[in-house]
This record gives sequence, structure tokens and C-alpha cells, in this order.
Amino acid sequence: MPPTDIAHPTVPTLVAPDRLKPKFTRHIKERLVELLLMCCGLVAVFTTVAITAILVYESIGFFNYVSVWDFFTGTVWTPLFENPSYGILPLISGTLTITAVAMLVAVPMGTVIAIYLSEFAPHKLREIIKPALELIQAVPTIVFGYFALLFVTPMLQATILPGLPGFNMLVPGIVIGVATIPTIASLSEDAMRAVPMAMREGAYAMGANKMQTALTVVMPAAVSGVVAAFVLATARAIGETMIVAIAAGQNANFTFNPMEAAATLTAYIAQVSMGDLEHGSVGYRSIFAAGLVLLIMTLVLNLTGHFLRRRYRRAY
Amino acid sequence: MNGMNMNTATASAPSAPLRDLGAMRARIKSGILRQQIFAITGILFTSFAVLVLLAAFLDLLFDGLPRLSWDFLTNFPSRRAEQAGILSAWVGSALVMLVTMLAAVPVAIGAAIYLEEYAGKNWFTDLIEINVTNLAGVPSIVYGLLALGLFVYHFGFGESILAAGLTLALLILPIIIVSSREALRAVPIHIREAAYGMGATRWQMISDHLLPYSRGGILTGVILGMAEAIGQTAPIITIGALTFIAFLPPMPVTGEFPFLSLQWVWSEFTVLPIQMYNWVSRPDKAFQLNAAAAGVVLLAMTLMMNGLAIYLRYQVRKKIKW
Repeated sequence: MPPTDIAHPTVPTLVAPDRLKPKFTRHIKERLVELLLMCCGLVAVFTTVAITAILVYESIGFFNYVSVWDFFTGTVWTPLFENPSYGILPLISGTLTITAVAMLVAVPMGTVIAIYLSEFAPHKLREIIKPALELIQAVPTIVFGYFALLFVTPMLQATILPGLPGFNMLVPGIVIGVATIPTIASLSEDAMRAVPMAMREGAYAMGANKMQTALTVVMPAAVSGVVAAFVLATARAIGETMIVAIAAGQNANFTFNPMEAAATLTAYIAQVSMGDLEHGSVGYRSIFAAGLVLLIMTLVLNLTGHFLRRRYRRAY
Repeated sequence: MNGMNMNTATASAPSAPLRDLGAMRARIKSGILRQQIFAITGILFTSFAVLVLLAAFLDLLFDGLPRLSWDFLTNFPSRRAEQAGILSAWVGSALVMLVTMLAAVPVAIGAAIYLEEYAGKNWFTDLIEINVTNLAGVPSIVYGLLALGLFVYHFGFGESILAAGLTLALLILPIIIVSSREALRAVPIHIREAAYGMGATRWQMISDHLLPYSRGGILTGVILGMAEAIGQTAPIITIGALTFIAFLPPMPVTGEFPFLSLQWVWSEFTVLPIQMYNWVSRPDKAFQLNAAAAGVVLLAMTLMMNGLAIYLRYQVRKKIKW
């Protein structure tokens, strides 16, 4: 090295030179921290693996007693009776009926509210409604269960549906629907807001009014995000437990008539867990089999939803 | 629907639309009318949803408020509805929340730091990310089944506060991870570069700069997660929490050395939502009013925590100008 190097002038020694040397211990500490943080991340992977492993393991035990064919085609679900019968269809019909009622309420209302908030509402109103929607999503669902059983059902019985039984699938369906509106409205509104302003301006320039713009330009552009909102909301409705456990009744009932009482997959799991069930019995294992069916249904919907959401995020 | 209308309108009169100003004015007018009808529908739907949800809260308040008293908070559940209270329920909820927080917060923040600051773009990172997104959508009762099989029987924790706390911790991990990552991402890159430029190692940069600066955002996520956990009923039912508990867990502070006892984590327990569920499902009206009162306490706690989180987020956004 030449004595006067302009690019690398000699630094006056302000600190002891050894403080600047790479320290072996320092390196080890950095590695340890990284390893520790990685383990934290791995907890998520571990949880998924554990969920799958436990559900599959207990379900295999269950299917040693019950044939898979009977399980998926049987229409009588009475695992806790003296002559048990293990057909899952009644629980699936209950789950699907309630979910369908919920979506009939939540999809139209949630979508219209989302369009209104995104395209029509004044800025100030949106700033109030959006946090309110978030707040409502945080309300424990057991509160809505109370509302369904002790307010909505008696009210419908007293007014338009005098023949409605105390436990039925209609009311929990409607209440889940109303509780799901904020989810759909909030997610769909996000998707519509992600549509670039230039597209709206283009439509206005062509003489379209606000509604024509919203329905023929913004909606088609945001459609994958809006559909994702529907799909994710459906998954949440299928997995909802407390509203149905309180207001839909406890008996598995193979019917698609919302005016009847019927248990769902989730309500069955909750009901059996409330009782004293011997560890390892067929009844105990039946809740894991029901849980596995539930997990597969929601998993398919969630993966579809996330795929669609990623698509609209990539588009703009 | 509207698109079809427009198409048929232009297709049916292709020859003379431009000169016929009257027809054009009529079309614009009807378009504006339809738009106004649509806007009114939007307002109606929004107010309907708000009204129904308001009705739910008011119904709960009207039923529950008269039952709320000091005695209600300090009495154990009882066979007589008028003497029943939620002492064991709220103490149980508080202790379960304590376990949940101690377990979830470090792990979630650690995972968030790893994903934001360490993880490279490879299959391993993708694997973790997919799992976090996926777990957020798993129904809460499935977490209960996991806990029943793993914590209660396999690890032998039994139907204890520890099992419940860990279950809820797993449940809220995705919530805290996602919001912590957002908070970390909001710290601009030049802060990191400045720290590295001064010779800091990666962990020194994170612990001395990133974490203090993203504190507000992380705290918001933690509060949101805890608010979610406190209202969870289904997973706690599944692990087999009892509904009638007329005792408190052992005190965490004792008179003898070493003055701290962890016996309480093994104790049987009940929590607020379970107590409420138990009272709701009884046919006796007096117990249902108790359920409403418990619901008011639960709702107040959830809304307070969420309100705090929204306020915090607002403050963080307002204060930080990089």
C-alpha cells in the first residue's frame, strides 16, 4: 500500500483496535438468534402438521369401526345411541343449509354495501363505517347466539312465522348472515378500491354515470377479489360454532328445510365435548372424523379464496 | 344487468340516436334515476345491517344490565339464578389470557421478525407463509380438537388453564404475526441501512431500532389478538372446560418461599363465554338474564380492547413521519 492513499485515508484510532475485529462470540450469538426466530416461524408449520396428524390419526381409529362408505352415504347420525349409526350426511346437510341461508343474506347485502361504500358514500361516512365494520367482526359469536335464540326466533314466531319451532336452521342462518356482512363488505370494498381511478375516469369520460361505472367497470375489474370475499365468508360460516350450537338444535336431522331443527358438524363437536366422553371410544373419535370433514371443506374454500385474492392483487 | 340494458338500448336504435335529443335526455334521466335508486338501496342496506347489529347489542344490554352488580362479579355460579355470579368465570378468563399472552406474543413477534428480516425468497419461507395464511382460516373448533388430542391427552395437561391458554395462543398466532409484519415493514429501509452503516449486526439493528420503532403497530396486533381470544368459546368447550366451577384456582402468590406458585396453570377452570353458553342453554328465564349480564361484561371487554387497538393504530399513523 502506498503511504498516502486518498481513497483509504488512515483513520485516527478513536477506539481500541480489537473492538473493530470480528468477534467469534458475536457471530455465534447472531446465528443463535436467527435459529431461535426460525423456530418461532416453524410453530405455524408445526401447528398445521399437528392439526392434520391428530385429525387423521383419530379418524383412522374411527374408520376401523365404521366403514368409509357407510360414513359418507348414511343418512342417520346417532353415534351416542345404544344402536349407533354413523352416517355423516345429516350433519353435512345441516351445515350446508345454514351456510346457504347465511350466504343468501350476506352476499347481496354485503356486495351492495361494498359498492355503496366504495363508489357512492362520502369520504367521511366511509371513515366511520369501515372501523365500525371491523369492530363488529370482533364481537364474540356467542353474543349473536344469544340474540338468535332469545330475540330473533321469538320475534319471528310472534310476527311472520308463527309455526317456526324454537330451534331451527333459518334463524341461525340469518344471524350468521348478518354477522358475516361486515366481512364481505370490508373485503369486497378493499377489492373495489384497488381498481385504479383511471378506469373510473375513463368510464365517466364516455358519459357513464356512477352506477354504470360501478356495475360495468369497477365490478368486473374487482370480480376476483369480490368472489374471494364470498368464498372466505362461506368458509367462516361453515366453521361457525356457537350461533348454531345455541339456536339450531342438537339432533342430527337429514333435511334441507331451514324451518326444521338440525345439528351441524360444528354443533355436534361442541355438543359431544360438553358431555363426559371416554377417551378413545368411538364416540370420542367421531368428533375427530366430523372435524376432518369440516377441515377439508373449509380448507378447499380458503385455498380458493386466497388464490383469487392473489390474482386481483397482482392485476393492479 | 345494467350492462345488458345499455347494450340493447344502443343496439335497438343505431340509426337516429344522436339527433333525437329528447330520447337522449330521457335516457340520461332514467339512468340518473336508477343510480339514485341504487344509492338509496345502498343506504337502506347499510342502515338495515347497522340496525340489526344495534338491536343485538341493545337486546343484550336491556336484558343484562339490570343483573349487573358488584355481587354478580364476586359470586360463584349457583343453582339459584339470583345468587349466581361470574367470579370463577372472569378469573378463569384472566388467567387463560395471561397464559395465551405469554405464549403467543414472543413466538408471533419472533416469527414476524424472521419472515420480514431473515427469510430469503425460497421454498422454506413460502412454506411458513402458506401455513400462516392457512391457519388464519381454520375454524376455531378445529383448534379445540387439536388441543384435545395433543395438549389434553398426549401431553397430559388435562382440562387445565395451561391447555386452554396454549390453544388460544395457537389460534391468535396468525393475527399477531400478520400485524407485526405490517408494523415491521412500515419502518423504512434507510433506518436499517443507517444501523448497518454504524456497524450494527442484524440482531442489534432489530433490537435497538426496528422493535422500538414498530412498537405501536405490534401492540395493536397483540391487543386485537387478545380480544379475539377472550371471546372464543368453541375451542375451550372442545378441550372440556367445566361449566360449574365454585372455586378459584390456587393463588399465584403464596406466603411461603419462593412466594410464587405455578400450581394455578394445572387447575380446572371456566371462562366467561362458557359460563354464558351454559346459562343461555337453560330453559329458565332467570338464568338467561344471567347469560345476558355475562354477555355484557364480555362484549364490553372485547369492544374496549378493539377500541384501544383502533385508537393506537390511529395514533401510530398520525405520529410517525419518517
